[in-house]
Amino acid sequence: MAATGKRHIVILGGGTGGTLTANRLLRHFKHHRAGSDEVQITVVDRDDHHMYQPGLLFVPFGLAQHSEIVRSRHAQLHDGIEFIESGIDRVDHTNDTVYLENGRELAYDVLVIATGAQLAFDETEGLTGRGWNEKVFTFYDITGATGLETALAEFPGGNLVVNVVDMPIKCPVAPLEFCFLADWYFTERGIRDKVQITYATPLDGAFTKPVASATLSALLEEKGIHLITEFNTGEVVCDDDGNKLVGYDGREVPFDLAVVIPLHSGADYVGRSEGLGDELNFVPTDKATLQTLAKPNIFAIGDATNVPASKAGSVTHFEGEVLVENIIRFVEGRELDSTFDGHANCFIETGFGKALLIDFNYETEPVTGHFPAAVGMPLLKESRMNHLGKLMFQWVYWHALLQGRDIPGIGADMPKAGKHIPTKKEEAIV
Amino acid sequence: MSTATYAGVPVEVNDEGFFVDPNQWTRDIAVELAKADGIDELTAQHWTVLDFMRKEYFEKGTGPTVRVLGKTSGVSVKDLYLLFPKGPAKMAARIAGIPKPKGCI
Repeated sequence: MAATGKRHIVILGGGTGGTLTANRLLRHFKHHRAGSDEVQITVVDRDDHHMYQPGLLFVPFGLAQHSEIVRSRHAQLHDGIEFIESGIDRVDHTNDTVYLENGRELAYDVLVIATGAQLAFDETEGLTGRGWNEKVFTFYDITGATGLETALAEFPGGNLVVNVVDMPIKCPVAPLEFCFLADWYFTERGIRDKVQITYATPLDGAFTKPVASATLSALLEEKGIHLITEFNTGEVVCDDDGNKLVGYDGREVPFDLAVVIPLHSGADYVGRSEGLGDELNFVPTDKATLQTLAKPNIFAIGDATNVPASKAGSVTHFEGEVLVENIIRFVEGRELDSTFDGHANCFIETGFGKALLIDFNYETEPVTGHFPAAVGMPLLKESRMNHLGKLMFQWVYWHALLQGRDIPGIGADMPKAGKHIPTKKEEAIV
Repeated sequence: MSTATYAGVPVEVNDEGFFVDPNQWTRDIAVELAKADGIDELTAQHWTVLDFMRKEYFEKGTGPTVRVLGKTSGVSVKDLYLLFPKGPAKMAARIAGIPKPKGCI
């Protein structure tokens, strides 16, 4: 127990997972328990800029501005939660202590890892070499997304290649959305016939799950977007002879403008903390309870974990309910709740004011039907309603999700009513 | 799903030739699967990768991606492609008798 006599819950990361966990925990200890001052909640982050990451997709197309998608981190945390702005040096789980880069040491009773995933640019040869942020961009950070806005506006036509280096990545549908929006954008600019759009992915289809993959492949074809599968990018080359992606298998994809989603990894401090992370610094975590395998008093949420769910804000939101329940149970010495089902819910922007919606979990792949029940938003089908849902979500994010409120009609458990779930026999065929 | 016979042993495989039950696999089967995939002889380095794939599968429930394989198997990604030219993660998984890596989403 920490020196003050209070139980100290330390949350590393003030993004989606860290913020909603802190706010949910505070509410519980304040309103549902007597003696709420027995718990101190501290959130640590290296800066005070909370990015609405889904907004990054819209920046290159002039549909969102940097200032619209960033807010203060500490302003999202409710009164009573301590915020420390510092990088993290390492976690010493043997002594239940976090060492910060500002020299402070934080002793904790419960630790939550919520530091997300980062872009590992250096893992791909040539990616940040010649041509970087001129002909080769990423839209997964604000520098790249902003640079792309100019590059797309000035693009005279030619080969636009969108490439995912390797899985897992944050929001695995975002690169497809980028392709769809590029198709719309160049149509609006009147030069679509001068632009070849190619999507090069390491997967063996447009997406990982069969039903969604078939639907998304058909959409790519309909929009004239070329699909290259099982492409593992070894090197990015920009020289006087031209620009190309070179696969480890020797295949080459020439480009005039490349949008590359780099390999992802967990935070660097995870690698410096003995026994905490895996080879890519993701934190091995029980997929049902969200307790880490490192030590019982360390939990993890969101993109930082290695659980086999999408790295997406919706997953983090659903995890939040189970995580907070389990932290409370752990503090009270009760058995953990093993109910996180991998629920994910994602809008897929398809251009021209439309979007698809997918809803799935560890066991059930994205299928057709309606969400959340037989009457509701269409699943795996383009509609204007889904597009409006996607736009509205930014408001929901700041005002409900981060605040740790439940969103009406959308619970942690994936709903099955309204879904056309294949029978075992049909599954065997796909 | 169907039944195939390798090295005289009937095994259950899915439509893409991946094993349904990794416990049905033997080293003799791997030699035969490799030959069918164009690898005439499994070298010590091939075996290093195959053994690593199986170990990862039994520990984590899925085979590793190419990157993770390159970081942890002791064989670089470039060399992995020389050993398993049709794509290391899938080809090695098939020969190692484990299900297709999920490539987490």
